[in-house]
Amino acid sequence: MPMPYYVSPEQMMQDKAEYARKGIAKGRSIIAIEYVSGILLVAENPSASLYKISEVYDSIAFAGAGKYSEFENLRKAGIRHADLKGFMYSREDVTARSLANGYSQSLGTIFSQELKPLEVEILVVQVGHNGQSNEMYRISFDGSIIDERAFAVIGGKSEAVQGVLKEKGFTQPPELQTALTFCIAALDQVGNQKLLPESLEVAVLDRTRDGRRFRRLTPADTKQLLST
Amino acid sequence: MKLPFLPNADNPSFFDFLIQEYPALTPIGRSGILHAQAAAEPTRGAGSMSVPLATTVLAIKYQQGVVIAGDRRATEGFQIAERRIEKVFKIDEYSAMAIAGAAGPCIEMAKLFQVELEHYEKLEGVQLSCEGKANKLGQMVKANLPMVFQGLVVMPLYVGYDIKRAEGRIFKYDLAGGRYEESDYHAIGSGGKDARNAMREHFVKGLAEPDALKLALLALYNAADDDVGTGGPDLVRGIYPTAKIVNATGIIDVSDQQIRGIYDGLIATRRSKES
Repeated sequence: MPMPYYVSPEQMMQDKAEYARKGIAKGRSIIAIEYVSGILLVAENPSASLYKISEVYDSIAFAGAGKYSEFENLRKAGIRHADLKGFMYSREDVTARSLANGYSQSLGTIFSQELKPLEVEILVVQVGHNGQSNEMYRISFDGSIIDERAFAVIGGKSEAVQGVLKEKGFTQPPELQTALTFCIAALDQVGNQKLLPESLEVAVLDRTRDGRRFRRLTPADTKQLLST
Repeated sequence: MKLPFLPNADNPSFFDFLIQEYPALTPIGRSGILHAQAAAEPTRGAGSMSVPLATTVLAIKYQQGVVIAGDRRATEGFQIAERRIEKVFKIDEYSAMAIAGAAGPCIEMAKLFQVELEHYEKLEGVQLSCEGKANKLGQMVKANLPMVFQGLVVMPLYVGYDIKRAEGRIFKYDLAGGRYEESDYHAIGSGGKDARNAMREHFVKGLAEPDALKLALLALYNAADDDVGTGGPDLVRGIYPTAKIVNATGIIDVSDQQIRGIYDGLIATRRSKES
């Protein structure tokens, strides 16, 4: 019987992390940024039907970067979790914090127990209403969870985009149009290209809406917003 | 969120998910529990339970869509269990349902159906078709069949605006989950027959919206006149039947004030006949 090679746990985790990081960096970035009446989500996405940003519940949205099949599964599990909780208790008891915790647990378990870690990085954001503040959680492939303020970036060259955003940061949440222009400029600068509305996926969580606050902006909406 | 949620995420139905993972939250799962109890205590068989019953609800097609309305009474035997119960529910942007039968399970089915449609829309990124929604409700009624033998009947009346066909549609169901489309109007519940009679007399195709609303309220009034289970307008407490309008722009709640106005006119006409 051949003896299995010994690999130190430290080495194994490092290899896994490197593998996951590579996969995530291959993709394109997604930005979530607070604007005056909610949260704006902008992703570079050439496909008009395979979404990276999605509604989860009344005031919660999800964004995933990395491997599509993997974050799509996580997205569905999140919607299931939220709908179940809302059905069992009440709609106001569904929170981004509990959802982010669930994701963190799942991703952490998969990272340490499975051979292949998930090559994903996800964002769970919740728009606050009635005077509550917004919540933004960034969750990495290993289950580590970061509570972000003002803006969050996942996928692709996320650190570079984060740098650009931080450099020109706002002291107060800007208007929607300003925030969108700002995000596109940051993506343009890092990607060294000129992004058209057709290759963008844009959505908002708008606290001024009743009930389901998530709204997708079509390329036509985006174009109109940018031209005014 | 537990990991086992991950692999079966390909079925977009919330109802099927509940049956699989949380059967106690569905009628199917509960019927098993009830059966076990009935077997253990044969003296407490079916029919001995007394639960609030919700009664007459109706729907009428008009030129641009559908009017759906219901009275506000729930009865428990010869007692009035509830004077202000709401039997007409907005389900999503383009559909509504009204219910007759055991009040608790009825309201629960409406709530579950709301989540079902929203869940599908979020998972798949598109809304179900009007026909698809009606079929899904049929499956849920069918799943409730074991509870019917325990005396807990749930009877929905479903109306939706079919965007592709650009018309309002009415669906009725039977206890076994059979789904039938009605072309003009329908009413269910204890006063359903009286309401249908009233509508048969006055219905014409292509009604205008105010006329359809008036007819719906007249039919409810007549049903309350002849059926003890149906509540009429309560002038003392100011409780009036509720109605919703489903058309291409979405769902509109008819205001209490408007309904009161229509009933004031209707009652005045009736009174003038008496003197």
